[in-house]
Amino acid sequence: MLFFLRLALRNAFRARLRSVLTLLGLVIALVAYGLLQTVVGAWNAGVEMASATRVVTRSAISLTFSLPLYYRDRIRAVEGVRRVAASNWFGGVWRDEKSFFAQFAVDDENFFPIYPEFVFKPGELHDFVRDRQGCVVGRQLADLYGFKVGDKLPIRGTIYPGNWEFNIRAIYEGRDASAITRQMYFHFDYLNEYLKLKYPTRANRVGVFVMDLADPERVADVSHEIDSQFRNSLAETLTESERSFQLNFLSMFGTIVRIISGVSYVVIVIILAVTANTMAMTARERLSEYATLKALGFGPGFVAQLILAESALLCAIGGIVALLLTRPVAAAFHRATSAMFARFEVSGQTLRMQAACALAVGLIAALAPMVRASRVRIVEGLRHVG
Amino acid sequence: MPVPLSYVARNLWVRRLTTVLTAGGMALVVFVFSAVLMLDAGLKSTMVSSGSDSNVVVIRKGADTEVQSGIERDTAAVVETLPQIALGPDGGTLSSREVVVLDSLSKRGSGQRTNVPVRGLSPLGVQLRSQVRVVEGRMFRPGASEVIVGNSVAHDFNGAAVGQTLHFAQREWLIVGRFDAQRTAFDSEIWGDCEQLLQAFRRAVYSSLIVRLASPARFEALRAAIDADPRLQLQARPERRYYEDQSRQMSDFIRILGLTLSIIFSLGAMIGAAITMYASVATRTGEIGTLRALGFARRSILAAFLLESMLLALVGGVAGLAGASMLQSVRISTTNFQTFSELAFSFELTPGVVLRSIVFALVMGLAGGVLPAAKAARMRIVDALRAS
Repeated sequence: MLFFLRLALRNAFRARLRSVLTLLGLVIALVAYGLLQTVVGAWNAGVEMASATRVVTRSAISLTFSLPLYYRDRIRAVEGVRRVAASNWFGGVWRDEKSFFAQFAVDDENFFPIYPEFVFKPGELHDFVRDRQGCVVGRQLADLYGFKVGDKLPIRGTIYPGNWEFNIRAIYEGRDASAITRQMYFHFDYLNEYLKLKYPTRANRVGVFVMDLADPERVADVSHEIDSQFRNSLAETLTESERSFQLNFLSMFGTIVRIISGVSYVVIVIILAVTANTMAMTARERLSEYATLKALGFGPGFVAQLILAESALLCAIGGIVALLLTRPVAAAFHRATSAMFARFEVSGQTLRMQAACALAVGLIAALAPMVRASRVRIVEGLRHVG
Repeated sequence: MPVPLSYVARNLWVRRLTTVLTAGGMALVVFVFSAVLMLDAGLKSTMVSSGSDSNVVVIRKGADTEVQSGIERDTAAVVETLPQIALGPDGGTLSSREVVVLDSLSKRGSGQRTNVPVRGLSPLGVQLRSQVRVVEGRMFRPGASEVIVGNSVAHDFNGAAVGQTLHFAQREWLIVGRFDAQRTAFDSEIWGDCEQLLQAFRRAVYSSLIVRLASPARFEALRAAIDADPRLQLQARPERRYYEDQSRQMSDFIRILGLTLSIIFSLGAMIGAAITMYASVATRTGEIGTLRALGFARRSILAAFLLESMLLALVGGVAGLAGASMLQSVRISTTNFQTFSELAFSFELTPGVVLRSIVFALVMGLAGGVLPAAKAARMRIVDALRAS
C-alpha cells in the first residue's frame, strides 16, 4: 500500500512543470468558484437580517407610491400590533453616486425599539433624539468612510430636492453578525417639516410602515387584517413579513444572481477540462510503462488505480490550497470593491462545495485514461513511443 | 523559411483528445467573454435606440429619472413657449406632458412581483416616438380608462394580454392594444392617457416633458434658456443621452463583473494551453531536431509552435462564439437599479463583439504558447536529435 502511494506521488510530480501548472489552474478556478458563490450569498445577506416576526406595510401599487401618515394610527389600532414606525427611503447622494449608502427617514421613538439588533452607546441615542438635524450611522458605514460622531454629513436629495445637512450623533453597532450596519437613519419629522414648508402636497406621506407584533405566530392574520382596513381606499396596502418583503425585493434582481451562479459552474467545467487534459497526456506518455507493469504481472485494476490515485492526489493538493486561499482572497475582494456588499463572508457551505468539486474533478478527469490504460495490450503498449 | 501550416494543423489532429479538451476549456472562456459583451451590447442598443436625437427630456433638477421627477402645470407651460421647440402642422408646439409611475405586476412563470413603468401621455406623445406601432388591437382613447402594453410586458407578465384588465389606483384599466417598440425600453412599458392617470393617482404634477427640437442643433440654446430662467428648476437632456444615462450603472456592472470573470477564467485556459503545448514540444523533441537540421531557423520553430497554440485557441474561440451566438434568441428581463423598474433586453451579436472575442482567444493562445515555443526554439540541434 505504502509502495502504491509512493509510486502515485512520484508519478504525479514527474512532469513537475505540468503538475504545477495544473495545480495553479485548479486553485484559480476553485477560488473563483468560491468567490462567485460568496457574491451570491452576500446578495442575500439582507434576507438573513430580516426577521420573520417583523411586518412591513407598503403601497399595493408599488414601492414608489407612498401611504398617508395617518395610517400609522389606524395600523396601531389593529389587534396584535405592538409598535409601528414610519420609514421613508431618502435616496440622497453623498459626495458622488459611487459612494452609495442607504438613508432612511424614520420616526425614531418607534423605530429603534423595533430593531433591537442596533445597539447604541449609552447616551448617544438620546443625543440623536434631541438634535432635529441629527442622524445615526452604522458601524460598517462609519468605518468605510471614516465618519465620526459630531461630523456634518452633507447630502444632495434626489427624491426630496435640496441640499441637506445632517449631524452625526451616534454610531450604532450590530448585535450579531447578521445585523447590517451599512445605513444611515435620521428624523422623519425633519423631512416632514421641510416638505410641509416647501412641497405641501408631498408632506405627511410614508414609504413603508414597519411593525412588530405582540404574538409572532399571527403574522398572516395581522397582515390580512391591516390590508382589509384599507381595501378600496385611495392607497391600498400590501402587508407581509419583513423576510418575504426582502425576498421579493431581491427577486427583482434575481436574473443577475442566477446568471452569476450559472457562470460559477462554468468554472468547474473549465478546471475539469484542464485536469482531464493533464491526465490524458500523462497516460498517453506512459503507455509503455503501464504495459511493463502489466508484463511484470500487475493486473489492469492496479494500473487503473494508479492513474486514479495520481489524479485524486493532484486535485486534493489543489483543493487544500484553494480552501486555504479562499478566505483571504474574499477579504481582499471585499476591500477592493469598497465594501459594496454589507456582508461578505465565505460560508462553510461554499468551502464544502469547493472540496466536493475538487474531489469530483479528480475522479472524472481520471476516467478516460483509466479505461484506456487498463485495456492496453502488453505488446502494443511496449511498442508505443510516447 | 516558415514551417508549413499543414504540419502545424496535423499536430493538433494527431492528439485529438487533448486538442478537444484544451480547445473546449478555451471555448467556455470565450463563451462567457462574448456572452457578457453581447449582453452589454444588447442593453446599450435597447436603451440608445429608445431615444431620438431630436427629442429632449425635461425633468426636475436633481432627479435622475422620470419617476423621481415632478413638473408643475404652469412650469410645463413656460417651457412650451420656448422658441427652440418645433411646431406641428396645426401650429401647436410638439411637446408631450407625461407622467410615469411604477406599478407592480406579477411575472409569468415565477409569479414574482416587479415594477413596470406606466406612462401617461397624449396622442402627440405617441407620435414623438416614431418607432412605436400598435400591432394588436387599437390605440387607447384619450379620456378613457384604457391602456396599451408593450411587447415585453404582454409576454413577460400575468394578466397583461389584450382584452384583460389591470387593477390599480381604484380603477379597472382595459388593455385595448399591444404595441411593438422595436426592442427599445418602451417595449417594457404600459401606456395610457396622461390626464386619466393623473386623476386616478391624485397627482397634480407631471413627471416629465418631452419636446421635439426644431433642429437637433438647437439643443444647447434650449438648455441655456431653461437654465437661465429662474422659474424653471429643471434640467434638459437629449432623449438619447437620457436613456444612455439610465443604463450606465447596469452596463458598468455587467461589463466589470463579466470582464473580471473572463480574465480569471482565461488564466485557467491559458494554463491549459501551456500544458498542452509543453507536452507537444516534449513529445516532438526529435522532430524539432530534424527540422532544425533540415535548415529551419529557430525563428521558424518559434513561429510554428506559436501558430499551433493560436490555432488551438482559434478553434476554441470559434466554438465559444458559436455557442454564444445561440444566446441571441434568449431575452433577459430584470430590474434596472437606476429606474427601479423592469427592463427586457436580449443578447446582441455585433461585429465588434465577434472581433473582440476572436482577438481575446488569440491572445490567450499566444500567452499560453509563448513559453513552450521559446523552449522549443532554444533547443540545440545535437541535443534534440539525441533525445529521440
